[in-house]
Amino acid sequence: MIDTPDKLYQLAEKLNKEKKASTRILISMGTCGIAAGGTPVVEAFRNEVAARKLESAVELVETGCMGICHCEPSIEVINTVDGTSIIYGDVKPDQAGAILDSASGTAAGSRVINRTWYYPEDEENKDGAIQARIVLRNCGRINPEKLNDYIARSGYQALAKVLTGMKPHEVILEVIESGLRGRGGGGFPTGKKWSFAAAQETSVKYLICNADEGDPGAFMDRAVLEGDPHSVLEAMAIGGYAIGAHTGYVYIRAEYPLAIQRLHIAIKQAEDAGLLGKNIMGTGFDFTIELKYGAGAFVCGEETALIHSIEGMRGEPTFKPPFPAVSGLWKAPTVVNNVETFANLAAIFRKGSAWFKKIGSANSSGTKVFALAGKVDKVGLVEVPMGTPLKDIIFGLGNGIKYGKQFKAVQTGGPSGGCIRADKIDTPIDYEALIGLGSMMGSGGMIVMDEDDCMVNIAKFFLQFTLDESCGKCTPCRIGNTRLHEMLESICNGNGTQDTLVKLKTLSNIIKDTALCGLGQTSPNPVLSTMANFPEEYQAHIKDHKCPAGACKNLISFVINDNCVGCTLCARNCPVACIAGERKSKHFIDQSKCIKCGVCYQTCKFHAIDRN
Amino acid sequence: MINMTINNIKVAVKKNSTILHAANKIGIKIPTLCHMELSCFDIDHTTGSCRICVVEVEGRKNLAPACCTPVMEGMVVRTNTIRSINARRTLLDLLLSDHPKDCLTCEKNGNCELQKLAAEMDLHHVIYEGKQSTYDIDLSSKSIVRDLDKCIMCRRCETACNKMQTVGILSGVGRGFNAVVAPAAMRPLTDTKCTFCGQCVAVCPVGALTEMNYKYDVWRALNDKTKTVIVQTAPAVRVAIGEEFGMPPGSIATGKLVAGLKLLGFDKVFDTDFAADLTIMEETTELIERLTKKQNLPILTSCCPGWVKFLEHQFPELVYMPSTAKSPQQMFGAIAKSYFAEKIGKKPEEIIVVSVMPCLAKKYEASREEFSHNGVKDVDIVISTRELADMFKEAGILIDRLEPAEYDNPLGESTGAGVIFGASGGVLEAALRTAADWISGQDLPGIDFKAVRGLEGVKEATVNVAGIEVRAAVTSGLGNARKILEKIQKGEAHYDAIEIMACPGGCLNGGGQPYIHGNTSILEKRKNAIYQADERLTLRKSHQNPHIQKLYAEFLGKPGSHKAHELLHTHYTPRQDI
Amino acid sequence: MTCKCQDHEELNLLEQFPEKKVLLGSYLDSLPLGDDRERNRGFLIQSLHKAQNIFGYLPESVQLFVAGKLKLHLSEVYGVISFYHYFTTTPVGKYKINVCTGTACFVKGSGAVLDELKRYLNIEEGETSKDKKFSLGGLRCVGACSLAPVVMVNEKVYGNVTSKMVPEIISECK
Ligand SMILES: Cc1cc2nc3c(=O)[nH]c(=O)nc-3n(C[C@H](O)[C@H](O)[C@H](O)COP(=O)(O)O)c2cc1C
Ligand code: SF4
Ligand code: SF4
Ligand code: SF4
Ligand code: SF4
Ligand code: SF4
Ligand code: SF4
Ligand code: SF4
Ligand code: SF4
Ligand code: FES
Ligand code: FES
Ligand code: FES
Repeated sequence: MIDTPDKLYQLAEKLNKEKKASTRILISMGTCGIAAGGTPVVEAFRNEVAARKLESAVELVETGCMGICHCEPSIEVINTVDGTSIIYGDVKPDQAGAILDSASGTAAGSRVINRTWYYPEDEENKDGAIQARIVLRNCGRINPEKLNDYIARSGYQALAKVLTGMKPHEVILEVIESGLRGRGGGGFPTGKKWSFAAAQETSVKYLICNADEGDPGAFMDRAVLEGDPHSVLEAMAIGGYAIGAHTGYVYIRAEYPLAIQRLHIAIKQAEDAGLLGKNIMGTGFDFTIELKYGAGAFVCGEETALIHSIEGMRGEPTFKPPFPAVSGLWKAPTVVNNVETFANLAAIFRKGSAWFKKIGSANSSGTKVFALAGKVDKVGLVEVPMGTPLKDIIFGLGNGIKYGKQFKAVQTGGPSGGCIRADKIDTPIDYEALIGLGSMMGSGGMIVMDEDDCMVNIAKFFLQFTLDESCGKCTPCRIGNTRLHEMLESICNGNGTQDTLVKLKTLSNIIKDTALCGLGQTSPNPVLSTMANFPEEYQAHIKDHKCPAGACKNLISFVINDNCVGCTLCARNCPVACIAGERKSKHFIDQSKCIKCGVCYQTCKFHAIDRN
Repeated sequence: MINMTINNIKVAVKKNSTILHAANKIGIKIPTLCHMELSCFDIDHTTGSCRICVVEVEGRKNLAPACCTPVMEGMVVRTNTIRSINARRTLLDLLLSDHPKDCLTCEKNGNCELQKLAAEMDLHHVIYEGKQSTYDIDLSSKSIVRDLDKCIMCRRCETACNKMQTVGILSGVGRGFNAVVAPAAMRPLTDTKCTFCGQCVAVCPVGALTEMNYKYDVWRALNDKTKTVIVQTAPAVRVAIGEEFGMPPGSIATGKLVAGLKLLGFDKVFDTDFAADLTIMEETTELIERLTKKQNLPILTSCCPGWVKFLEHQFPELVYMPSTAKSPQQMFGAIAKSYFAEKIGKKPEEIIVVSVMPCLAKKYEASREEFSHNGVKDVDIVISTRELADMFKEAGILIDRLEPAEYDNPLGESTGAGVIFGASGGVLEAALRTAADWISGQDLPGIDFKAVRGLEGVKEATVNVAGIEVRAAVTSGLGNARKILEKIQKGEAHYDAIEIMACPGGCLNGGGQPYIHGNTSILEKRKNAIYQADERLTLRKSHQNPHIQKLYAEFLGKPGSHKAHELLHTHYTPRQDI
Repeated sequence: MTCKCQDHEELNLLEQFPEKKVLLGSYLDSLPLGDDRERNRGFLIQSLHKAQNIFGYLPESVQLFVAGKLKLHLSEVYGVISFYHYFTTTPVGKYKINVCTGTACFVKGSGAVLDELKRYLNIEEGETSKDKKFSLGGLRCVGACSLAPVVMVNEKVYGNVTSKMVPEIISECK
């Protein structure tokens, strides 16, 4: 039981002094790592360690996401004596033995990952590295299911400092000074939001952590919750103290079972240790945290909808004002913050707002975590200081486009964001710069696209998402977005006209201007940004009835040319058997039966199939 | 007060007002559609969902919905900029793009808020055409038609059913383009605990919720030479029907109504008020019996079928509480097909009883099994005030221009006690007038029990009835009824007599009355008209009605007799709570 | 007029599986429920999660049971169920095949995979095959975008899926 702050510091000291095993092997075991085959790797290491009787010399740590998604399962082997380490990617279970045996140097036949890509140093931006880890400081470093691992890395010390040395308004001031802005997408200054709730004179207030992470293609919050749940809990307690709340909720999507499980464990551990619950660390402050589950509704990421969902209602947003900070959950003042926002806070309180403010750009301090995905070579979870140019992320960390294809655009901000053209790649990322490009910071999804991606089709994809996720309450979003989608569909089918474009744009702007909540207010962004940035692509669909990227099925056809040697490969692979031809002679596609799946195009080794 | 500017005009309004309130104050009209003011019933309906009311607010990025944006000091609003007008037109365009546009054959034609809006905005064609949502029409009930193709998702019905009536039938279902307001699992209304109070119909701005129409059945009956067709008109009809003919709200159109009905061709035009007096005779007998025996208290009134069904579903364990007296509508039917039939020498099945009611639940009530004898229904056809107005219009009968006529006898004479049935508090007041006389054995003066009048949801009073203290309560609106019943169940409240009406304000605000489109001041005027009509009458106590006295003398014996029970009383059935 | 509530459901799951009813009942009884409907409502979504875990889906008998315990109207419970994609009122197949239709998977071609699954299983998205073996659905990002396109069969994640792998994935469902 940690019933005084001193006991916390002593425990951390003791843990850090303890004699460690000479080798520490961290194995990335997030949802992604497990999906990629992490479990048998852990199993193999356990067996090999046992076979070699290395139990006391080698410590195996199942850790959260390391962020090197492109080569999962990945592991890090640390020599705790000299502090050196090697990162291996694409680890197969049968490599475990070899890795254990390669006492110094690297194991033969394994893939070693370059440290500049993955730079797991603590909370600092090292020279030459693109990444800096504040939010992800513990992800991939600790076992998220062990409270002591977190405490050893100064865990809960920020909370101790706040509870013993600071008045609530001083806490808020510190957050304001740090310049921390909400990472949930809008970028609203966190300290300011807290001060509104703190100013309300009611006895009951609530603090909510928004872990709904609905942006498809974004997985930062999941990585934090799976890899370092205590960092969020600690920050929530700090927030509760600052605004005068004694109850916190984590609203988490049901699609994240592992994160839910780890949060449960973390809350229990923290309560048992006296770091949460009644009379935290003997300071007299009470704060309990409960989990509430989403049930598959993107709009429940919007804070008023989220609140209604916790209240057990349909997740329909309501008009603001009143803002949740004034009247939120069960009409009590309520602060809603994003997971990543919280994950910054402990570091800010341990190191001071001045330290934090130095990182990042003028209007956006600190770092931002991005889920780098799509057609980029090295997919991963990266954390960079605000103001880092897009290029450094996509080409520096992501190593450019796969298969030597042409980089075309990068999509940020998810369904609320836009597609940024390749020539804007030098733009430094912060909230304002991205809005300037017609996109948004959003929650941090960053999807890279290449020459095969049709921008009209992408806009249609996001609109389809909006349609599926709209709550249906207000006219512009319920009907307006349906109409936008229909218009995009007609363009993709080759039925669009110049008039369609005018209508698309006009209606988009009116939807933005009149929709009730953030979902509708931003849903036309993917349309507007692709129209502005890729007008020629829209024109190709309308004027030439062609899809240059070859993505719109109704505008393409597959035709076999004279390169065909009659190898029959395509015919054998066609799912609807519509390719005919004698062996060793030219084949033909029955256009009336072809479903344009593109399988033949991909399988032909002789460039004998044209996509028109 | 908060100072602000709208279209360069300065205005000061109360804190917590909206831009819409402020604009109203200075006579600037902002179109609305989903908005509905229900503050007089203490209900809030701010969904802000249609967005038709958007205006420009200086310093704000997006347009703001006037109906739910609170005013702020120094706010500068412009309601008529090209930006907001364009946005509104587009929103209307979108609504119409997902709408059948069947105005010419729509029940709501001429009374539809969407149609009116389209006329005002002068939209000439729909630009953003596309797919429309389609649903099966719910024709399951005797009272209500739900044609959700026409729903614009204002959610008013949801507020009416759930917040105001707390019946809990209607909820948002699905989401996105497929979102709609419906009962659980899109069940038909007959498979729910719907009370058919019709409050959802009363608030629906469009033709998505309308009533089951029986006008044609009436026309057919009127042309059936083999039948004697008689009509009864409920108390609340006479103070509302004039509105349909341009008479100011609150006009008492009794005589013109009767004249119109005679022109339509009814063989006899009778008054439900007569039956209301009869109800009082039976109910008061029961009240006095329960009071003196101190048994089975409180007694609950039973003349509102919406309320009765609510009780059967939601408080099945209390079904013993209401008076067993049938409602006036059903008593009328029973007497018409027995006493009156005998008098004119016809068989019950040769008589068709038509009711004109302010109510949709009455359509359902008339179909209840309890209310027929040997397969002959007490009441055959029920039409609403609105339907009757439509029939008049169709027949070219403009009742505002007619010379008043008198009800026929013997079922046309009534007292003031019967008249006030149409207002919340009226039934109880009528009963107390008679109870006081019967208990004291005198004709007491001072018969106004004003404490129970008014549109408030719950009125409580301890009234001295000829020396006996009667703890009385009057509620209207099922939400208020629920509150009182819950208190009784928990033993927190003790009453002797309670009047309950399903519709807030009573029948004058029934689901079959002319639409008020959110203008609740009309209800106040209807209420005043009812009490005026009462005061104009010399006979104001039910038991003094000479025709009632004659009915008992010639036919029923005395109140509570075996025959009275057979014809004028009923029973209630606990129903499942779905 | 008699109540027809049970007509809508061929099977009353509560009566069919009394032990499951007890399980759900004891969960609901463990919640701090009271007379305040608004407070009770706060437990609705977790109760529905629990109920769906136990019964596999949420037929009307189960909805009524939950509604009764929480003192809510059936329409309110149904309104919530129909809002959230996670809840289903119809039985699902033994194998729930979900294709990730998140952005990362979309640009990597999950659309073609979904089309092929639809064609191969001859069911539409959101449907269950007649033999109740397969349900096909879309899913928004499981957070394994690095493996895009991703297909989940029950709990198992298949990464880097192509249309060609479809028969193989289905044949693994025994
Ligand atoms: C449609 C919509 C979806 C949203 N989804 C999320 C989400 O998944 N996670 C999140 O943290 N914020 C989301 N937000 C933003 C939240 O409403 C809210 O602003 C945020 O949680 C506040 O936290 P912050 O100030 O720390 O950013 C969403 C907003 C909208 C309009
Ligand atoms: S904008 Fe869309 S999601 Fe938001 S309230 Fe309107 S319909 Fe619902
Ligand atoms: S595109 Fe697909 S369906 Fe068409 S021919 Fe090629 S393989 Fe066959
Ligand atoms: S795979 Fe290419 S070369 Fe072979 S038959 Fe098909 S088109 Fe001809
Ligand atoms: S609901 Fe109104 S707008 Fe629609 S068809 Fe009927 S009258 Fe016309
Ligand atoms: S307004 Fe136009 S559509 Fe309507 S009845 Fe007259 S002419 Fe016909
Ligand atoms: S008639 Fe009354 S009870 Fe029935 S749905 Fe309408 S408002 Fe609800
Ligand atoms: S049915 Fe009528 S009242 Fe109900 S939401 Fe639809 S339009 Fe509004
Ligand atoms: S209050 Fe009157 S109008 Fe309303 S349901 Fe009851 S009887 Fe009908
Ligand atoms: S390795 Fe887990 S997020 Fe990439
Ligand atoms: S009237 Fe204001 S949003 Fe509908
Ligand atoms: S988009 Fe498919 S797993 Fe993330």
